Amino acid sequence: MQENPVGLRSRRRREYWLFAALVAPNLLVIAVFAYWPIVYNAFLSLTDWNMIAARPAFVGLANYGRTLTDPAFHRTLWVTVVFTGLIVAGSLVIGLALAFLFNLPLKGRGAVRTIAFAPHVLSGAAVATIWLFIFDPGYGLLRGPDWMNNSDWALPGLVIVYLWKNAGFAALIYLAGLQGLPKELDEAAVMDGASTWRRFHAIKLPLLAPITFFLLITTVIGTFQAFDVIAVMTGGGPGDATTTLSWAIYNEGFQAFNAGRAATLSIIMFVILLVVTTVQARVLERRVHYR
Amino acid sequence: MKVRALQYVVLVGVAAVFVGPLYWLVSTAFKQPAEIYQWPPSWWPDHLTWENFALAWKAAPFDRFFVNSTVITVAGTALKVTNAVLTAYAFAYLRFPGKKVLFFLVLGAMMVPGHVTLLPNYLTVATLGWINTYAGLIIPGIGSAFATFLMRQHFLTLPSEVTDAAAVDGAGHLRTLWRVVLPMSRPMLVTVVVITAVEEWNNFVWPLIVTNTASMRTLPVGLLILKDEEGLANWGTIMAGTLLVLAPMLVIFLIAQRYIVGGITQGALKG
Repeated sequence: MQENPVGLRSRRRREYWLFAALVAPNLLVIAVFAYWPIVYNAFLSLTDWNMIAARPAFVGLANYGRTLTDPAFHRTLWVTVVFTGLIVAGSLVIGLALAFLFNLPLKGRGAVRTIAFAPHVLSGAAVATIWLFIFDPGYGLLRGPDWMNNSDWALPGLVIVYLWKNAGFAALIYLAGLQGLPKELDEAAVMDGASTWRRFHAIKLPLLAPITFFLLITTVIGTFQAFDVIAVMTGGGPGDATTTLSWAIYNEGFQAFNAGRAATLSIIMFVILLVVTTVQARVLERRVHYR
Repeated sequence: MKVRALQYVVLVGVAAVFVGPLYWLVSTAFKQPAEIYQWPPSWWPDHLTWENFALAWKAAPFDRFFVNSTVITVAGTALKVTNAVLTAYAFAYLRFPGKKVLFFLVLGAMMVPGHVTLLPNYLTVATLGWINTYAGLIIPGIGSAFATFLMRQHFLTLPSEVTDAAAVDGAGHLRTLWRVVLPMSRPMLVTVVVITAVEEWNNFVWPLIVTNTASMRTLPVGLLILKDEEGLANWGTIMAGTLLVLAPMLVIFLIAQRYIVGGITQGALKG
């Protein structure tokens, strides 16, 4: 079918218009509620504003200077690093162990895998409330320490809850990875008389490295933003024992109404996570190009 | 044989660890107060009672929370998935100058951590006059990057003869999308819908900051209010409220777990 150039051009123009119409709503929301906040944060972080005064007062880099030298901020960063480190290490180790368990030829393993994954889709606030009861010093199943009111036990308590909620996710991802490994490799190793430990350590673990890496990155990003369980169980306390960067942002912004400082903390979190995702992108690129 | 037996013991132990807290939640919600506080604990309620649910309802307007959560989940999911489908279709099948750059802009939104946007988005929503409204609860969350990516990847795997034939037939693009492309993408669509709905239902921090009256709260936030109001004393009431928050997602998970699991592993193994 031949078309004259004018018809072709008008058809193409219609296609452009349709494209714009289909994409515009999504792009508009993304621009306003995902990109603009970064610019807005950067601006607010240079100001002092209680969100009531007519306009923010420009203070230059004072917020950054104050925050970066503030012992309370150092403590927040330390809590965040410990919290994230424990959850990342715990999820990876428990997830991998569960994946190996679910990969054994056992009856009922599918059902248990489903059960272990279920907490991942449940409301964090609800899960936290259940564990608050389990940890209750007077009536809980795990009574003993006054978990949430003791600054030594509160953070480990939160870590337990997050691991319970998210280990099944890591297990599921690892299991998919395990099932994707070439069988011949393991069979050859068995023939060569390699021990179970060697097969795990020298063959499976290296082959699962990309999955470990993916889980590492996603868990770091997720844990940095962990909020609902902390809000329900400790509110950042006792004292500042569980004040992570994510809680500090909420606290500065929506309890202390200190927009400048909350924005400064937000920019700091953004930069940290941007570095993490950039490293991820670099590593993925290298894998794709040089393999 | 011994090894196998040990493996089964571990499997049962793992099941107990994950079911235990949920079982404890359900059994406590149906127990009378005296039984909740007895030690050693009673594993099975002596007298099943609905009293805790009535008390939870009296302490906080759970019917309102339920309506709000449902409205937000249904409307939010519908709008977000529509955004994903339309955007994915445009990027998969239509020409546009600078399309690549635009696609990077869409995907780039995944690099922005949601928690970082809370304060600015609160201020934007306040400027729009949307504080404590459904619009304020729903609109900021309907931009779609990851679901758009998943849908587009899927569209690109569809045989091109199908869409070409439809175009020659004179079917417009929207009709092609509705009649040909979407019916061929049903499993992926279900996955995206279910995962989005779970996120919307469980969302906590945004409804917490953008609402300020009990009548606009959602279930997860309402639960926090119930907990603060009851103190940490009436665990039966609090567990009943918690069950109301959890149960719908637990049911959806058990029905649609295959789609959720499929979507999540796909996202991971692609990444």
